[in-house]
Amino acid sequence: MSLLRVTSPHASGLKKVSEVMRDVLLATVPGILVMTWFFGPGTLINLILGGAVALAVEYGVVALRGRDPRVAISDLSVLVTATLLCIALPPYAPWWLIVIGVLTAVLLGKQVFGGLGYNPFNPAMVGYVVLLISFPVQMSSWAVPRELGAVPGITEALQRVFLPGSIDALTGATPLDLLRQNTGLLFDDLMTTRPELSGWAGVGWFEVNLAFLAGGLWLLYRRVFTWHAPIAMLATLALCALMGFDGGSSQSGGSALFHLFSGASMFAAFFIITDPVSSAVSNRGRLIFGALIGLLVYLIRVLGNYPDAVAFAVLLLNFCAPFIDHYTQPPVYGTRKQTP
Amino acid sequence: MVQWLTHEPLLAALAALLLLGGVFGALLGYAAIRFKVEGNPISEQINSLLPQTQCGQCGYPGCRPYSEAIAEGDAINKCPPGGEETIQALADLLDVEPQPLDAEHGVEKEPVVAWIREAECIGCTKCIQACPVDAILGAAKVMHTVIADECTGCDLCLEPCPVDCIDLIPRKQGIGYWHWPLPVDRFRPIEVIATDAVARTAA
Amino acid sequence: MRVIHDIHGGIHPPERKALSQPGKLASLGLPPTLVIPLRQHLGVPAVPVVAPGDTVLGGQLLAEANGVMSVPVHAPTSGTVRAIESRPIAHASGLEDICIEIETDGLDQWVALTGTPQWHECEPTALAERVRDAGIAGMGGAGFPTAVKLTPGPKRPIELLLINGTECEPYITADDTLMQGFADQLIEGAAILAHILGAGTILIGIEDNKPEAIARVQAAVIKAGASIEVASFPTKYPSGGEKQVIEILTGQQVPSGGIPADIGIVCLNPGTAVAVREAIVDGKPLTHRIVTLTGEALSQPCNTLACLGTPIGYLLQSTGWTSEAQQRVIHGGPMMGFAVSNLAAPITKITNCLLAPTEAELPLPEEPKPCIRCGHCAEACPASLLPQQLYWYARAKDQEQLAEHRLFDCIECGACAYVCPSQIPLVQYYRAAKGQIRDSEQERARSDNSRARFEAREKRVAEEAAAREEKRAARKAAAQQQADNGGVDPVQAAIARAKAKKAQQDAPQ
Repeated sequence: MSLLRVTSPHASGLKKVSEVMRDVLLATVPGILVMTWFFGPGTLINLILGGAVALAVEYGVVALRGRDPRVAISDLSVLVTATLLCIALPPYAPWWLIVIGVLTAVLLGKQVFGGLGYNPFNPAMVGYVVLLISFPVQMSSWAVPRELGAVPGITEALQRVFLPGSIDALTGATPLDLLRQNTGLLFDDLMTTRPELSGWAGVGWFEVNLAFLAGGLWLLYRRVFTWHAPIAMLATLALCALMGFDGGSSQSGGSALFHLFSGASMFAAFFIITDPVSSAVSNRGRLIFGALIGLLVYLIRVLGNYPDAVAFAVLLLNFCAPFIDHYTQPPVYGTRKQTP
Repeated sequence: MVQWLTHEPLLAALAALLLLGGVFGALLGYAAIRFKVEGNPISEQINSLLPQTQCGQCGYPGCRPYSEAIAEGDAINKCPPGGEETIQALADLLDVEPQPLDAEHGVEKEPVVAWIREAECIGCTKCIQACPVDAILGAAKVMHTVIADECTGCDLCLEPCPVDCIDLIPRKQGIGYWHWPLPVDRFRPIEVIATDAVARTAA
Repeated sequence: MRVIHDIHGGIHPPERKALSQPGKLASLGLPPTLVIPLRQHLGVPAVPVVAPGDTVLGGQLLAEANGVMSVPVHAPTSGTVRAIESRPIAHASGLEDICIEIETDGLDQWVALTGTPQWHECEPTALAERVRDAGIAGMGGAGFPTAVKLTPGPKRPIELLLINGTECEPYITADDTLMQGFADQLIEGAAILAHILGAGTILIGIEDNKPEAIARVQAAVIKAGASIEVASFPTKYPSGGEKQVIEILTGQQVPSGGIPADIGIVCLNPGTAVAVREAIVDGKPLTHRIVTLTGEALSQPCNTLACLGTPIGYLLQSTGWTSEAQQRVIHGGPMMGFAVSNLAAPITKITNCLLAPTEAELPLPEEPKPCIRCGHCAEACPASLLPQQLYWYARAKDQEQLAEHRLFDCIECGACAYVCPSQIPLVQYYRAAKGQIRDSEQERARSDNSRARFEAREKRVAEEAAAREEKRAARKAAAQQQADNGGVDPVQAAIARAKAKKAQQDAPQ
């Protein structure tokens, strides 16, 4: 019998890293299902391909680094990275786009800094931005939603992904694309005349964002993260949209509802900016972090060159996170000025 | 003049640069003299980081000469009593890369103090004269003893003693000096100076 | 109705208090040997006044206090002093310390005790002296000499005496049992303490998971007709920390780097209060305390009134301990206790619990994963620190940033490590960092002192050499002058004398 000497505390709460990651993956399921309904099986193929590549690459690289690869795989963090990236990529994107994106995300976004917990930038966003800048054509050809065209079946989907160019595919503009290309119509007219924009935020997009919102609220309930960053981002985005919405003229930036429920707003708010490794540390810091991302997303969407701005906004704020941390330390017990 | 400048853009650019350089150089030179601050010479700051054992293991006769040598550009890794912590502090102060301790000058050992075996002491005062910090109490033909709180463990008293009655015993023993060590992290050994990591994890 | 505030953070681990049947005291007999450390408190060890071979009676002084931050030690029962040597003690390091080993004779004979039932008429300073002479140190776990706490000095007037009956750590029920069984003594003890401190208000704080204790204490207050307030508040770990319970019950925060006396509050453990009462009213020194013996590896977990100095192994055997291969025995609770390395180590004034869990009950920690910066630790921290940043800076040994993030305000409660999904032993990092910083400061002070001594010595040596030079020059000048004045040149005369002497010595040859 040996009496082991270990340090206190001797009891431990039950949450583990793999459980946190598993919760995040579960929360993406509603959004993925809705995307599949509206845009076809493209996202599913992205996910399977991306997930497989990510696991393989992580295993290989961790083994090369001399650490135990099974431990690295078992915490599921690379699967989350791949999932988030593949949701963001257009369905039916060519297979090589997925592979390059995942490779960049895992290698450049995560492993080169030291693996889980050491990356200063959100790995999925690193992959996305590299793809967006290198392959703008493929990245901006989004699928046509169900109500406006036939949704491809499995075989056609596989063909489009693995044999790109063999089929003439129908691609369309996203609502954000349309908004930025609009030059003459009033906002309300735009929403009623363009078929892609029926509803509040565009066909299919509204429901997708709603599904991600549901997933995100479930994660809040499970206390995977705190409310500060997502609420700050959405509130700031809505506020900016309200301020910029000058009644719906042709120069307007789009209504608050439009911005909140179109593009990747909800997805970003609950899945991207809540990545704990690359965001701010304290709750006050997270409020600032989320708010600035919301502001940047609005500005880039309305004034910048890219239709959706989440990836850039997030990366820019990842740069700022240590600076925010430095200035938002909470008041420690005993440092408050006493009221006599 | 202006016409000539516009006709010779290359020469004009050169002239502009020379003029600006001259003006700002003069400003800086003036500021360097007029606003000179009598601050701590760097060797003082270096000396305040050294452990003051005055043992000479670095090759210099004391800590101050070594600090002056470092200010002249000598290596910072020659002080065994200071160990890794001192090398890191010097590296931070001088903004250079920390080096592992130069084994030629000794190895980092636990802190020690001298201890005289009083039964054998003959009262010759040779050790008292050798001690650089006056940590030995005694006089001719009178018992000598080391004041442990003042002793730096430099071991300069061992050689002069004709009856070899001085030992070096560990200073930090007992429950009062114990504290928890940093946890061992198998995946990322915590090392200040990278080249030490290989040796230590191998051990 | 007192306003109850909330502390930042905190956790709710499973309480597991019913396991040790609080409220009942089991009798486990007298061990054959007692090992009494000379230091069972925070401060300087006591100095023995007995020698090996002496017979001692219960309550007899074994070692006297050495200075202000020291506490005397008494014999818990009668017997013979076998040795005064290094023995294993219950300490996280596993190191040994000087102890007085007593072989008990089983007769439990005591010295005559003289108490002061009329303590209202005594001077507070005299009472504080008696508290010191009784060997009382804080029995909540820190072991601060109580007499020192009771004399904060004229600059710190005390308004409030707070008896901390929180006992927030899981498994431990020693204070609960004490408050249920010794409520009257607790009330009188609190009154004595308030008298010594000159405090106007007495408050007893008890967590709401101890309803029987609250009821008994309230009944005792009414019976004694004392003006003592009993406040209960929601259960949360670590509400029982001194700083936390003060914040909960008064809304004030102890200033960083300060003590509760700075804001007019003194906080004491109920066991300490009962011990003070025994010392003043009965004249009995501190020789026993209630210890919780719990954990699923014991077949009869219980609370017992044990002699100080009882070996831990004896108590475990008496409660049916089954040893397992991979096992810990924890001195204290699961959150802040340390694992004992030698079962011969004795219990002391600060031992409130011995926890013997099975492997399944409290699994050994897993290999820590990398930090994912989730921030759960910061949410749990009762001192509103950023444990994550402290972790990174402790690894980097960045003492400046650690000070800026207020490492020394950490109370080492373990809530951060409890919630960490990567199972990082955060508290060990902070303890190690604190130890390193204290070490560095000591070393710096030492080397500054050495430098000053060295420079003083250099100066002295230089002055002596200069003085010698001057004297030599003066003598030379005087000799020169004498020669110039026409008299005998003393140098030449000395040389001539020496030559003559030498010639004389050589001549007889």
